[in-house]
Amino acid sequence: MKLTKLAFALCASVALPIMAQATELEVTHWWTSGGEAAAVAEFAKAFDATGNKWVDGAIAGSGDVARPIIISRILGGNPMGATQLNPGKDADDLIAAGLMQDLTELATAEDWATILRPKSQMDSCTLDGKVYCVPVNLHSGQWMWTNRKVYEDAGIAPPQNWAEMIAAAPALKEKGIIPLSLAEGWPIGLLTEDLIVAIAGVDNYVAVYQDRNMEMARGAEFAAVFKAIDEARQIIDPKTVVPQWNDAVALVIQGKAAANVMGDWAGGEFAVAGMVAGTDYDCLPGLGVEPVLGTGGDVFYFPKSEDPEVTKAQLAMASMMVTKEVQVAFNLKKGSLPMRADVDLSAANDCMKKGLEILDNGTKVFPNNSQMLDRDSLNQINDVMKEFFSDLTITPEAAQEQFAAIIEAAPK
Amino acid sequence: MSEVKRPNPLFRNLTAKLAASPMIFIVLVVFIGSTIWTVASSFTGIKTLPIFTPQEFYDNWVGWDQYVRLWNTPRWITSITNLAIYGVLYSGFAFIIGFLLAVLMDQKIRAEGVFRTIYLYPFALSFIVTGKVWAWILNPAFGLEKTVRDLGWASFSFDWLTNRDMSIYTVVIAGLWQGSGLVMALMLAGLRSIDDEIWHAARVDGIPKWRTYLQIVVPMMRPVMITIFVIVASGSVRVYDLVLALTQGGPGNSSQVPSMYIYEKLFVGALAQGTAASSVLLLATAIILVPWIIVEFGKKSRS
Repeated sequence: MKLTKLAFALCASVALPIMAQATELEVTHWWTSGGEAAAVAEFAKAFDATGNKWVDGAIAGSGDVARPIIISRILGGNPMGATQLNPGKDADDLIAAGLMQDLTELATAEDWATILRPKSQMDSCTLDGKVYCVPVNLHSGQWMWTNRKVYEDAGIAPPQNWAEMIAAAPALKEKGIIPLSLAEGWPIGLLTEDLIVAIAGVDNYVAVYQDRNMEMARGAEFAAVFKAIDEARQIIDPKTVVPQWNDAVALVIQGKAAANVMGDWAGGEFAVAGMVAGTDYDCLPGLGVEPVLGTGGDVFYFPKSEDPEVTKAQLAMASMMVTKEVQVAFNLKKGSLPMRADVDLSAANDCMKKGLEILDNGTKVFPNNSQMLDRDSLNQINDVMKEFFSDLTITPEAAQEQFAAIIEAAPK
Repeated sequence: MSEVKRPNPLFRNLTAKLAASPMIFIVLVVFIGSTIWTVASSFTGIKTLPIFTPQEFYDNWVGWDQYVRLWNTPRWITSITNLAIYGVLYSGFAFIIGFLLAVLMDQKIRAEGVFRTIYLYPFALSFIVTGKVWAWILNPAFGLEKTVRDLGWASFSFDWLTNRDMSIYTVVIAGLWQGSGLVMALMLAGLRSIDDEIWHAARVDGIPKWRTYLQIVVPMMRPVMITIFVIVASGSVRVYDLVLALTQGGPGNSSQVPSMYIYEKLFVGALAQGTAASSVLLLATAIILVPWIIVEFGKKSRS
């Protein structure tokens, strides 16, 4: 009897404080590859340390798979505690409908506008002067990854830009190596945009995507881009196109493919495989043509909750995500650049240092596609490019016209 | 002359009507109401959030714009074509294969239960599993093509999965592998319900077995056939997860189906485009189903 009472009291003393504080927050995101999962674990660890509980809601696939699930859950009245999205227009309608938690107070108190850079990321999170999301990292999609050993074995100097990679393709093909690995779906759209940036230039890319300069979209600079994509599709054997981006990166890591165009998140995969930048593999920003950096990245939104405990936990999570320690730990694993300039990144690898250098020299930085165009239009462009890549009977001119028509019809 | 008080027809069979009222309510609100909303919203320009009041509909009205865009989208044309190919081939072959398997099964063979289980097993798997398994089998890099080449037939080629002209047929293959077993089981039940007397009579008259099947048994199985047809046809319109797991709609957009287009548009900020596409699909289904319903039910009330 006495023992039971004692046990009960013990249980209560342990359980009660936890019950009083620990709020479970389900966090949805689409970080499922090796490097990404390792980075998410850092967030979870730091959030659990605040006395709350991170409930992982990873959605396998990609943003294209996850976005409809996330948006339909918020619209359908079954919101998660927090969710990853890309900066830009994806959540605008949800914010306008009042479904997202306002973070302005926290942002002002912690002075996010000063400690987080570049300004474009905070601008994307701000609507009518109020802050609705917290940017956690900077990602740029304009990188070419090459396996040095594969080129050296073939007696070719590892290429330092896109043109050299294309030139080396026939020799590699003869040896049974995939010259350029590619994944089905959005990576094709990414490759397109990277080639626009590399060949037509950053200014013309922004002129078309943001300012909707139609003469440019139909003009000679963009014709050259579609010509380059045409060259790329000629060297890619449809049998070697894999379903996921990390499969395509894995082909380069294993030496079955020589090169891949992918964002800096691919760096996380090379790190997990234990490869060293500069000796085992090369990373070429702007496809080696011009070192530039798009300010893509990830942000977290917090769907509004009636429960004050949940709101409190949401604010705790937002605050945790921009602390120095978490920013360093998370971004080193993720292969992305931190939002804060005042952190120690001596542990960063060569690729990340290249990125930081470009970031510090602000002129080479430009907005991400989702900050300029709505998701519906971006998906339509992806559809056109997917068809162009797989159907060799579509001429570059026809693809360019379809591309221009989508830009023209896109809502401002 | 006293008038006989007749009960109000509205209250006749009151219990039955009360019992049916939840179902009537669901049909009116959920099915018909949602259908009207879907069609109406397809004439608006709404993006992410649904709208409900007449004023909102008036403010967002764009007329036929969504349909013009829809029929100018190559991906949608491909999707509709693929649905037609898949629907016809899948329904047709599932019927033929299912019937032949059922007839073979009906020959009083030994260990029938074992075979029946084997044929029915694929149906117990989800479309995702079916799609993934076939994606591995058909993948030229490490599946069937590579296996046969390793065995020594170096020029063997079976690249349908990565060939944009053939990719939709791989979906048909995987769908048939999964669905034929069910058709067989239903057909077998239909065959077993045929009276033995019919077989005796046919044998006495010296009619060959195949003619008995085709000209006597099949017509007698008409109700079963119609049920199977409805199950198979509705299954082919719904096809979504199988394509997603098998080809992801690729290469390019060559094996896309309408449900993938609709789902994507509904939740990425093109809600009205999604409802326009679903309205087209709804109309297409109605055009096929309504004449059949009229013929089928009209006949019954006459007899």
